[in-house]
Amino acid sequence: MKNVSPSSTVNESDPIADVTIRPMTAARRQAMDRTASLFANTAGITLVAIVLLILAFMARESLPLLTRMNVWRFLTGTRWYPVSIPPTFEILPFVVASGLITVWSLIFAVPVGLAAAVYMAEMSPDRIRLSAKPVLEVLAGIPSIIFGLIGLLILSPLVREAFNLNSGLAGITAALLLAVMVLPTIISLSDEAIRAVPRDYRDASLALGATQWQTLTRVTLPAAGSGVKAALLLALGRALGETMLVLMVAGGRITVPTGIMQPMRTITATLATEVNNAAYGSDHYRALFGLGLVLLVATLGLSVLAEKYAEKGRRQAGLGGGATAARAGGGAAGQGGTTGV
Amino acid sequence: MFNSEWRAKGKGSEQLYIYLVLLVFVLAMAAALSIIGVVIVRGLPAISREFILGMPRNRGIEGGIFPSIFGTLYLMLLTAAFCLPIGVMAGVYLTEYARPGKLLSLVNGAILNLAGVPSIVYGLFGLAFFVMFLNLGSSLLAAALTLACMTLPVVVTATREALLAVPQSYREAAWALGANRWQGIRTVVLPAAKNGIITGAVLGLGRAAGETAPILATGVAFLLPRLPVVPNDRFMALPYTIYIYATQIPGMPRERTWGAALVLLVIVLAANGLATAVRAGKSARR
Repeated sequence: MKNVSPSSTVNESDPIADVTIRPMTAARRQAMDRTASLFANTAGITLVAIVLLILAFMARESLPLLTRMNVWRFLTGTRWYPVSIPPTFEILPFVVASGLITVWSLIFAVPVGLAAAVYMAEMSPDRIRLSAKPVLEVLAGIPSIIFGLIGLLILSPLVREAFNLNSGLAGITAALLLAVMVLPTIISLSDEAIRAVPRDYRDASLALGATQWQTLTRVTLPAAGSGVKAALLLALGRALGETMLVLMVAGGRITVPTGIMQPMRTITATLATEVNNAAYGSDHYRALFGLGLVLLVATLGLSVLAEKYAEKGRRQAGLGGGATAARAGGGAAGQGGTTGV
Repeated sequence: MFNSEWRAKGKGSEQLYIYLVLLVFVLAMAAALSIIGVVIVRGLPAISREFILGMPRNRGIEGGIFPSIFGTLYLMLLTAAFCLPIGVMAGVYLTEYARPGKLLSLVNGAILNLAGVPSIVYGLFGLAFFVMFLNLGSSLLAAALTLACMTLPVVVTATREALLAVPQSYREAAWALGANRWQGIRTVVLPAAKNGIITGAVLGLGRAAGETAPILATGVAFLLPRLPVVPNDRFMALPYTIYIYATQIPGMPRERTWGAALVLLVIVLAANGLATAVRAGKSARR
């Protein structure tokens, strides 16, 4: 996710040494550049096309059902009986479960992630910061199925004991693991956002007699606010879209959960469980795509909002910071672009 | 543990906060690193020659996981074949060809949005579009195309950052020697950005290797009698095998599940290591 944006990626070992450019007519050269330009434009357009195709196909597969039934009931009803006759498709249990687990995971992850980011950005010596970055990158890449496995076999018995539950497979277990999973995202992106705050702000504050800690809490962190908000929104989107982990450890009960200690089934877990059981074109299949559409709209909203804050952060960093700060801010947003993956 | 500015620390309560921040950092890193530690400790006993290179027997309770490893690597190769050309060219478009305007902001928006789409939604899309609409069937091909869509934003972003880091003077030097825009890009700019592009691509593909949700409905299977040959075949893959081992097979020895998880982790970490090495190799030459 991050650090795919090394600002020092230039291969400086004499780039032009062994380059040969075949002689050719001006017309051919022009045609070649036009072809290349065409390819590059096509690649760019392909990206736009994929987004449109995703939206179009999620709608195409779900609308035949959603237009036939009461959409309000679909969203706010509590009964999901996909194989009964007649079936009922109401998704509130999953929406509430997804919301609960996501919010709780951030309650666990945000204080820890922010403190760790503050340490990395402001307090750590270069030696520690430079070794922590690749470690965070590795941690961000651990597959979610492995988190799920750890939740299933190790964490859930511990949670059952600790909270005296009937089963350790409950929302709380998923939220705890999800918190660990999004930590690297929060730390890396917040670290970038804090470092993007112009040096001058700190110097001005210190010159006025503030201590390092006062400068941090009253000047640097507020100034990094937009970038940090963007980081948290991206983490939120990632937690909301996480599938295998919650599928394996959240418990899977299809009722509207009233507390995080209960077993529950999220939107993503429902999709993963049932997608292979629903016959193509059936109402069940269409209801699942409707559920996916709800998830898609929610996560797209989050990324749009995150980008808005990231943009604001970049502008603020650019104001007093000069080129370096602006670059760092741009870097944070660029990574934002790859975080969800 | 602190840099020069913070070594002086602060007064009374501030000093406490500062140490608290350090403690939280250490705990956060420890929690995250323990994930890797647990998988290694639990998985190592299962690793043997037969486990890595053997075919599964008795629903995977005996034998090896070779088809899953093979399937995952095959899938990576196909995914790379689809997403690298498009991703790199899109990066070239963004930094070398695009003029400010509607299309550019659309493409930038598309990258951000693609990165925010949950992996299970990619799975649904892959099922509806590649498997059904394009009639590719449940296959390596459909799964690879789905994963390629998911990996594209990573590759594009990495390419863009790498190309942006190439000094403008390189391009100007190429033009001054008579190269046109594309010749300059192909012979000077892309080679100079090579390391950054490879780093990003390998990281993205490593992530894709660990994904389960996008392949769930597009072609993965738990048990197949033979290895996939052509891209039309269905396939087995490590993440899915781990999922089934962990949840669906009664009597599955736990260390086999951990063993499969360890193999997947090694593949993903190897990709990360490779990416880091490519980056480090470049700085070493400086």
